Amino acid sequence: MSESVRESMEFDVVIVGGGPAGLAAAIRLRQLSPETSVCLIEKGSEIGAHIVSGAVIEPRALTELLPDWQERGAPLNTPVTSEEMLYLTETRSLRVPMLDRLMPHMANHGNYIVSLGEVCRWLATQAEELGVEIYPGFAGAEVLIENNRVVGVATGDMGITKDGAQGPNYQPGMELRGRYTLFAEGCRGSLTKQVMAHYDLRKGVDPQTYGLGIKEVWEIPAENHRPGLVQHSFGWPLDDKTYGGAWLYHFGENLVSYGFVVGLDYANTWLSPFEEMQRIKLHPAFRKHLEGGRRVSYGARALSEGGLQSIPRLTFPGGALIGDSAGFLNMPKIKGTHTAMKSGMLAAEAVVEAIKTDHVEPSSFTQRVKKSWLWEELHAARNVRPGFAHFGMRGGAVYAALDAMLLRGRAPWTLHFRHQDNETLKAAALCKKPNYPKPDGTLTFDRLSSVFLSATNHEEDQPVHLRLRNPSLWKTVNWDVFRAPEARYCPAGVYEVVDEATAPALHINAQNCVHCKTCDIKDPAQNIDWTVPEGAGGPNYPAGM
Amino acid sequence: MKIVVPVKRVVDYNIKPRVKADGSGVETTGVKMSMNPFDEIAVEEAVRLKEKGVASEVVVVSIGVQQAQDTLRTAMAMGADRAILVLSEESPEPLAVAKVLKAIHEKEQPGLFILGKQAIDDDMNATGQMLAGLLGWGQGTFAGKIEVADGRVLVTREIDGGTEEVSLALPAVVTADLRLNEPRYASLPNIMKARKKPMETLNAEDLGVDMARRLTVVSVAEPEQRKAGVKVGSVAELVEKLRNEAKVI
Amino acid sequence: MTALVLLDHEEGRIRKSALSAVTAASQFGDVHVLVAGDATVAQAASAISGVSKVLHAADAQYAHELAEPLAALIVSLAGGYDQIVAAAGAVGKNVLPRAAALLDVQPIPEVVRIVDAETFVRPIYAGNALATVKSSDAKKVLTVRGSAFDAAPAEGGSAPVETVAPAANPNVSEFVAVHLSESERPELESARVVVSGGRGLQSEEKFHILEPLADKLGAAIGASRAAVDSGFVPNEFQVGQTGKIVAPELYLAFGISGAIQHLAGMKDSRVIVAVNKDPEAPIFQVADYGIEGDLFEIVPALTAALA
Repeated sequence: MSESVRESMEFDVVIVGGGPAGLAAAIRLRQLSPETSVCLIEKGSEIGAHIVSGAVIEPRALTELLPDWQERGAPLNTPVTSEEMLYLTETRSLRVPMLDRLMPHMANHGNYIVSLGEVCRWLATQAEELGVEIYPGFAGAEVLIENNRVVGVATGDMGITKDGAQGPNYQPGMELRGRYTLFAEGCRGSLTKQVMAHYDLRKGVDPQTYGLGIKEVWEIPAENHRPGLVQHSFGWPLDDKTYGGAWLYHFGENLVSYGFVVGLDYANTWLSPFEEMQRIKLHPAFRKHLEGGRRVSYGARALSEGGLQSIPRLTFPGGALIGDSAGFLNMPKIKGTHTAMKSGMLAAEAVVEAIKTDHVEPSSFTQRVKKSWLWEELHAARNVRPGFAHFGMRGGAVYAALDAMLLRGRAPWTLHFRHQDNETLKAAALCKKPNYPKPDGTLTFDRLSSVFLSATNHEEDQPVHLRLRNPSLWKTVNWDVFRAPEARYCPAGVYEVVDEATAPALHINAQNCVHCKTCDIKDPAQNIDWTVPEGAGGPNYPAGM
Repeated sequence: MKIVVPVKRVVDYNIKPRVKADGSGVETTGVKMSMNPFDEIAVEEAVRLKEKGVASEVVVVSIGVQQAQDTLRTAMAMGADRAILVLSEESPEPLAVAKVLKAIHEKEQPGLFILGKQAIDDDMNATGQMLAGLLGWGQGTFAGKIEVADGRVLVTREIDGGTEEVSLALPAVVTADLRLNEPRYASLPNIMKARKKPMETLNAEDLGVDMARRLTVVSVAEPEQRKAGVKVGSVAELVEKLRNEAKVI
Repeated sequence: MTALVLLDHEEGRIRKSALSAVTAASQFGDVHVLVAGDATVAQAASAISGVSKVLHAADAQYAHELAEPLAALIVSLAGGYDQIVAAAGAVGKNVLPRAAALLDVQPIPEVVRIVDAETFVRPIYAGNALATVKSSDAKKVLTVRGSAFDAAPAEGGSAPVETVAPAANPNVSEFVAVHLSESERPELESARVVVSGGRGLQSEEKFHILEPLADKLGAAIGASRAAVDSGFVPNEFQVGQTGKIVAPELYLAFGISGAIQHLAGMKDSRVIVAVNKDPEAPIFQVADYGIEGDLFEIVPALTAALA
């Protein structure tokens, strides 16, 4: 229906997603080949609107991309000056000694604490100066495949009403046709999912395993601010089987980035990542940093933790997967920005070569990755995250230290992931309910007042973008067996059980969605399909995120 | 007839404004900026008048910092024909803006100015009235409906408790209220085309306008948080309190 | 110092907000008021407590408080005044900025507090922040929020009424008609009272329980997003961050939990009443008066009590 009326535009390269990977690819393309036309679309209302990250970044890839980034005013203003890794018990914290030897991947000397959203906004200005056309507010909704080649994407229609009809402000989507298309949607991209399925890109690799990161930005009194301080923790309140920990970084103008990551392979259906994140702030090791401050922003995003073993085939006819769409995050380092950027740059090189040699598939991308420091780094780190999955938090930490000190990442074996994250939940009856404290309104908060700070908004009159493939499964699986885990793992209060006592039913508050993608990953029956809503919907993260 | 529509770049209406810790203002750095929603309505109305054949050209003007060009591009993607960016400090006062627009009038000779009734940042609700005053033109503020015919514009105005119709001789100034129309989306093809539409850049000083502020901000604070009141035990008690204590019924 | 207040009126009655403007202006010193049109209003104005002189613009061109002639008149009178004040209603907001431009003054709209003769507090960003501003203009032109100042007593004064000479009419505008809303149900955004329902109303049918109460109070009906999402009422009823922002004199919330998105749309209401069976509902944290209990008993009881 809409195909017949939608306009189309031709580019050499179409990039889906304006994060570090997509922007680095765009910049590299124009640097290498200024005549190549590059179009980048971003579903957020502006570049940076959907970017959430800690973030301590390694400037390695940025220096390769734009060696004079300092002169160009890149917003990398807070170098890491001191760091601590804490093991928490309920009331105490133990500092891990000799951090740089036991956990060398955690050494952050030479790195910067940044707002990744700000870095992306800056990268976008660099890209635009090089002639990249950037269109925020438009979501890639459909992969265009012709003769088994990806030939671009189509943006979603705008102005479709709740019941699927064309409203008064209906605007058909547009076809952005590219000789090559790079998918840079970040973790669990909705188009990447389709491409992976169409070309069976995950064949022969480990399942991807994910984490959910939830973040707050605080503004604290100047006298308590220690710019450059990096603090990580593990241990309490998570049990030994659950992978995760918290971070706290002092940066910028009296800002603190506080957040928490939990592995989505957790088993306890009663676990609520949001409430874990809230209660860690009550621990003395965190409380002392935040007290007297005010929370200014909130966000959440899933991330790929699988590393090397989980990286799919990277190319297909007409394009490639880059950044966290492919899963290039280095989990032991908890960093993915430098790897995302590097992968984008390498893909750009491969695409330029493919254009020159008229290859359908930019297949040299894979070789370029394997010959780069990116691969070396992920290879050395490959056993750390699965070590935690196999040996638990404490055993995993010991394994990671051994791996680092004795084997230096060169273990002759590779540990594997055995399960998809949606397969790990245990039935509600078999799990112990954590006892979460009620929000106090000063340090800890509820979901909705948090979502409010993410400035999330969706046009209300549009179809629900979170779809149940089989609505009847919710009652028999999600409710009867697991007691609606989505109501707990969703950090935005999208999933709500109504009439719990009489006739439990699921209510989906799609407008609250912060686009973290956790539901698409963790739903036990893989029954929730996260599709892209109308462009410009979702969070509007401000500077600092 | 040429229509000029001034547009302002403001903090996006979805963003909850945050007062800076030092009380010097509201945080705008790194915050998403968009076209003032009332200005979108004004642009939409002008474009519709052009589509109806009433107007021949729609020119959009923004007065402010360089980034206001994004706002002008959006207006052109909605259908405006060309844009003028007048560089000045961020968020100049209505009096200065009205004077700049008067200078634009001398240059462009439009038959109609359509403005948003107010900007959602400083909530001044004054520029349209002031411009009309400076030009000696009629003003149709808070317009819910406009009809142009026979050298006049009939404006249905939103007033307290209803509407009022006024007839203005053209040229005139109209300010748009919420119900005037529902603005269209700037579609991607139109955004692409808007990149090629002409944009002229001027300096406020070159137009001979004194941009000095008459109002200086002493401080900006967050309003006091509402405090919980009392719980009452019965309907009778509630009615008594509403009548005699709060005096609202 | 003497301030001139433009006293707006409707159907022969002085608006309450205009009386508040008199109170605000009296903080500067002596108060004169200007009445355009209606002679009975000019007479009534002379009785306002605190007014020392009434200027009556009797000429026909002022009959409908049109901005163009009225601003010209104010400019012709402005020489004798240090402040020109009006209520921030449809008339004041229409007329005063135009007069200010003609006087080369930057107006100060929607003042909620007068700190001193130069310094004023006014809301910006839809009330999300309060700005204190200092004006360097010799003459101040301001509109004031009625809700921020008590109304001056309508009785007790005996100011002389003086008819003022008309100013030259710019003759660019004509009054055509006025249509005052006759609907019994006022519009949500301008209603004095709003009766709002949430998911606690349970269904579309049961939502109607609010109507007799709204009729009694002459109130508009609103709803939370949860109620809209559940299909009890259409979208245009929604009060909240993504719906309508309301600030009535009285807001009654029934079965609304008080999610922050909803509070963002009604927190500026003067008096908030909450009825909810959940004692922990966040709405109670902002309500002036709360009742814990079953709304299906309380709403009919309240409706009956207002008889």
